[in-house]
Amino acid sequence: MKPVYLDNNATTAVAPEVLEAMLPYYRDSYGNPSSMHTFGGRIRREIEKARAQVAALINAEPEEIVFTSCGSESDNTALMSAVESFPHKRHVVTTRVEHPAVLNFVRYLSRKGLRATFLPVDRFGRLDHDVFLKALDDDTAIVSIMFANNETGVIFPIAKMGEILKEKGILFHTDAVQAGGKLPLDVKKLAVDILSLSGHKVHAPKGVGALYIRMGTRFHPYLIGGHQEQGRRAGTENVASIIGMGMACELARDHLNVEARRMAGLRDKLEQTLLRTCPDARVNGDVTNRLPNTTNISFEYVEGEAILLRLDEYGICASSGSACSSGSLEPSHVLRAMGIPFTAIHGSIRFSLSRYTSEAEIDRVIEQLPGIIGELRQLSPYGRDKITSKTCG
Amino acid sequence: MENRCYTILIENHAYETESLHAVDLKTQYLMWDYTEKVKNFFLHPKNAGEIENPDAVGEVGSILCGDALKLTLRIDRATGRIVDARFQTFGCASAIASSSVLTELIKGRTVDDALSVTNQDIAEYLGGLPKEKMHCSVMGREALEAAIANYRGEQKQVEVEGKVICKCFEVTEEKIRKVALENRLTTVEEVTNFTKAGGGCGSCIPDIEAILKDLWASPKAQNMPQAQKPMTNLRKIALIQEVLEQEIRPRLQADGGDIELKDIVGNRVIVSFRALCVGCPMGDITIEGIQEKLRELVSDEIIVEEE
Repeated sequence: MKPVYLDNNATTAVAPEVLEAMLPYYRDSYGNPSSMHTFGGRIRREIEKARAQVAALINAEPEEIVFTSCGSESDNTALMSAVESFPHKRHVVTTRVEHPAVLNFVRYLSRKGLRATFLPVDRFGRLDHDVFLKALDDDTAIVSIMFANNETGVIFPIAKMGEILKEKGILFHTDAVQAGGKLPLDVKKLAVDILSLSGHKVHAPKGVGALYIRMGTRFHPYLIGGHQEQGRRAGTENVASIIGMGMACELARDHLNVEARRMAGLRDKLEQTLLRTCPDARVNGDVTNRLPNTTNISFEYVEGEAILLRLDEYGICASSGSACSSGSLEPSHVLRAMGIPFTAIHGSIRFSLSRYTSEAEIDRVIEQLPGIIGELRQLSPYGRDKITSKTCG
Repeated sequence: MENRCYTILIENHAYETESLHAVDLKTQYLMWDYTEKVKNFFLHPKNAGEIENPDAVGEVGSILCGDALKLTLRIDRATGRIVDARFQTFGCASAIASSSVLTELIKGRTVDDALSVTNQDIAEYLGGLPKEKMHCSVMGREALEAAIANYRGEQKQVEVEGKVICKCFEVTEEKIRKVALENRLTTVEEVTNFTKAGGGCGSCIPDIEAILKDLWASPKAQNMPQAQKPMTNLRKIALIQEVLEQEIRPRLQADGGDIELKDIVGNRVIVSFRALCVGCPMGDITIEGIQEKLRELVSDEIIVEEE
């Protein structure tokens, strides 16, 4: 049975067109693009084509795109570059809800002696504009704020913040890994200096990412070695995956407008039906301003991992912010930063759609989930009136 | 091993090895690492529900901490036998499975006998739990203790008095000591896996280290590990098999010999020689050696006999 795959913020299926485009580079065209001979050298032209395809997705110039190995490398590179390029500036600003690739890197920098500000969010996952303004000073080397949150889909006002940072001359990085291909992005209109993208979130394979670096931005490479990527990222190119990411970005651009509307329609159907059929369910995050493919719903009195395992029995794939499903004992840092009660975090489930999601898949969840929640609540000692006041954490 | 690999990776980037938080170094367990038994007990739990007007109630954990268990028992007061046991659990798959197994293990037993069910018994019945999930089996054991204390009219003294070490999950020093002793835990990571202590903000990790140091330095702990309660037969058989498989057979096989475990009757372990060991004049000495090893690792009372 084909799975009902609603975990596209984790990773996506490789598009058939993407795989087709990649295969020749695993078979006959295995040359090194840095070689002098024609056999290798002509592959360089294909990489440049892929660079233009990625650039077009965000309306950048091809030479502003650097290929990396993943979104995390793009994020780490952006932050390290800022610190290396502005050694006299010792302050970094980010948010409490970033992806670990930013969050843990900023924590690392703060252990190295830099000052770090983690901006809070409100209960809808929104930033406070005044708090943001107050966090900035002459010592700030970089501000790194995600375009859209991977857990809730909440979109931050990147354009507005970019204008302020441009005026103040502060470097601005945005992790657009989740926004890429789902929202129209135009770097000519957004005042961001560096922007991260990931291949496998847009139907390219895992193991390839990209970094947009605005022309004229001071930059320091993270991976040091050969002259590849014009000296901005050493290492022999992951040729096939780069070609795949180029094709994936072109497809994403072609589909964006139509698919964003279609996904939002299916997402809303899923969300509204579940809220109606499952008592004590609530949506986490600002529903008026989020990615078209994401919904994060808390089911009170039941635990997320248990829900996921029951869903798995029906071939339904989703993810949870509960402590038990995180591998550590800590529940989602995003939902905690929003002040969502622990009782609701433990029962949070994220569904994330893609352009391959069908209405039949959504209907299958609508059909199965209320029963699962009901059964697990039967097993639970808690219910609407049973919660004790004992505290924890 | 895993941690060392990570360290090497970090060194390649010329970072300091201390630079990452302990949680970052952990290998993540996969949800699908559960055994078929865990999945079965989770998907089709036995004895779910609540007994009306129960003779004993044990409630542990809380919804805020992420898991909780309410155990209700029907006890025949004349014989002291548990005639029915039901559970209600808020928690992940392994918490639900552990609770259900607990009820299976204690049904039909006397209260005194039921108290010999340990968290290891629960985990073993399930064919093992991922190490990060051992606290689910500990929760089962705790609920059992709480229910029986409640039946006997005792005050819950297990947790109320002790000093709280882990504030994130409300774990007392007493609980850490007890669980560490019963399960022979020597590292903070193990304590976190079994009690959750130290798994939140991590600020109590130095305290847990100090407790472990003190615990394993005391002569009582060294001399009688696991002396707290008698070993169950299940546990004993598993241990004997483990020692034979991992300690003894490889050595005999290295010399071209082998043994086979034929039976275990009480403390008598009956084995039979194989391959070059058959008819070996050193047979008695070999038997003595095996007995010594089993006495060291399993129980002082083991007697090894040749079939």
